[in-house]
Amino acid sequence: MVLDSTNPIIEVKDVSFRYDLRSSTETLSSINFSVQKGEWVAIIGNNGSGKSTLAGILLGLYKPQFGSVTIAGYELNEETKWEIRKRMGIVFQNPDNQFIGSTVEDDVAFGLENLNMPYEQMKMRVYEALHMVDMYDYRHADPTRLSGGQKQRVAIAGLLALQPEILLLDEAFVMLDPKSRKDLLKTLQKLKSRHQLTIISITHDMNEAASSDRIIVLKNGTISSIGTPKEVFSKELDFEAPFTEKLRRILQMKGRNVPNTYMSEEEMVEWLWK
Amino acid sequence: MNKLIIGRYLPGTSLLHILDARAKLIAGFYFIFILFFAEDWPAYILLWSFTFWVMHLSGVHFKTYIRGVRPLIWLILFTVCLQVLFTAGGEIYFEWGPVTISQFGIVSGIYIFFRFVMIIFISTVITLTTKPIDLTEAIHFLLKPLRIFKIPVEEISIMLSIALRFIPNLLDETQKIMDAQKARGTEFGKGSLFQQMKTLVPIFLPLFVSSLNRAEEVANVMEVRGYQPNARRSSFRKLRWKWADTLSLVIMIFLTVGLLIMNTIV
Ligand SMILES: Nc1ncnc2c1ncn2[C@@H]1O[C@H](COP(=O)(O)OP(=O)(O)O)[C@@H](O)[C@H]1O
Ligand SMILES: [Mg+2]
Repeated sequence: MVLDSTNPIIEVKDVSFRYDLRSSTETLSSINFSVQKGEWVAIIGNNGSGKSTLAGILLGLYKPQFGSVTIAGYELNEETKWEIRKRMGIVFQNPDNQFIGSTVEDDVAFGLENLNMPYEQMKMRVYEALHMVDMYDYRHADPTRLSGGQKQRVAIAGLLALQPEILLLDEAFVMLDPKSRKDLLKTLQKLKSRHQLTIISITHDMNEAASSDRIIVLKNGTISSIGTPKEVFSKELDFEAPFTEKLRRILQMKGRNVPNTYMSEEEMVEWLWK
Repeated sequence: MNKLIIGRYLPGTSLLHILDARAKLIAGFYFIFILFFAEDWPAYILLWSFTFWVMHLSGVHFKTYIRGVRPLIWLILFTVCLQVLFTAGGEIYFEWGPVTISQFGIVSGIYIFFRFVMIIFISTVITLTTKPIDLTEAIHFLLKPLRIFKIPVEEISIMLSIALRFIPNLLDETQKIMDAQKARGTEFGKGSLFQQMKTLVPIFLPLFVSSLNRAEEVANVMEVRGYQPNARRSSFRKLRWKWADTLSLVIMIFLTVGLLIMNTIV
């Protein structure tokens, strides 16, 4: 099937899912959204709101009891999931169990071995990915003995080496120190604009969410709002807002004449200068 | 640090570390095989000298090897006792029903003890100087011919490598659970055998549950990262056969010849 450019690269229609068929509460209910190629979508929401479950559904790990998922032109099912996984990769929330290889470079190569990639090409991809996350010096280390942040970086390298069209990141930066987080986000932004990558990032970092193209807010398994950061942050008031929004609200409380909607960093700087 | 030394890899730069895992595996198995052709003490002296030489080459402290034998000492002594008690022949020192302590029994008991310890030493040398991943790669390579019997060699070797990869996690987890139970007042290694066994239940149950959860998670990760059983995979690990590897096998031939000569001495 040919993907025409107007079709979304991910389309989730009316998806409902429960882990336990006997229970009446749904982990996810009536989820609808679509993502365009080249978009960076942040998914935010409290713990237990179903973010990781949604990622599992997109990957075909869990089968929704209702609804359909279409990714890169394939309707997700048992047959197409392998094709989809060649185009979409994930960094899982818990880095401890996602290492298969017993050294860093072996682990980064695991996904490439599964594609039956020739050795020389594999080596290039592995080292390139390790340089991108700044873990090349650790290529012979045992991944289980690394720090949390280093583990997450290796996991990201494993994903980047695959050069997927779609990247799913499930709280993939939580254990990183602020500087490496910033560096990695920058690297991803660069890759995204160069190769038209689609990124879906589950995050608690509101500043990261604020710099995304769109935000999906999950609440108890339903989408409570979806839209640009501007739209979402002016509407969802019970979230720990990104820095600029917090500043805006404080200024507003103090009776300053600030605009009524969320402002990006540049807009805020612009406004402050006036 | 964990006490268990068997199956552990110690990074190093010794000659043995550099040898190809296939050479080490072949030589190791071959050594264990010819061990059973040693008939008398001159042959044992030769084999022991070889074992010590190899242990010395590994650059690992001798104490480390002793620690490797320790957890197995009861198994060894048990086997030795059986051998001593149920072998007749030669001068008989003690007899009670089928149980006899004879000259032959004691001699073969001693030989069995030495053979056992040598096997442990030699296999410890191999695992201490070979990365688990190289070892599985070597096993994979050596089992390849079995593919014609429809034996799933690829699956076996990936299973092995994953099992090896998760042993440290399992040990860490055991330690954590033991500490947690100790904090609740459980005392390990005290009381009657039955009581000691009972204290193990609250360790194994959580360990079992967490292993199952882990297995499921790891299976998901493998699947998502594109692993399909029965599919063709390439390999990032390259084993390289060198001159030293051929040489090590030649040494094994010399050892065999030496053994045969020693057997004729007594
Ligand atoms: N494997 C599972 N089996 C049963 N219930 C699960 C499983 N994984 C998650 N849940 C439950 O589903 C809900 C959503 O979890 P999750 O998707 O992990 O949330 P989030 O990632 O947003 O924190 C939680 O109530 C959680 O307890
Ligand atoms: Mg989660």
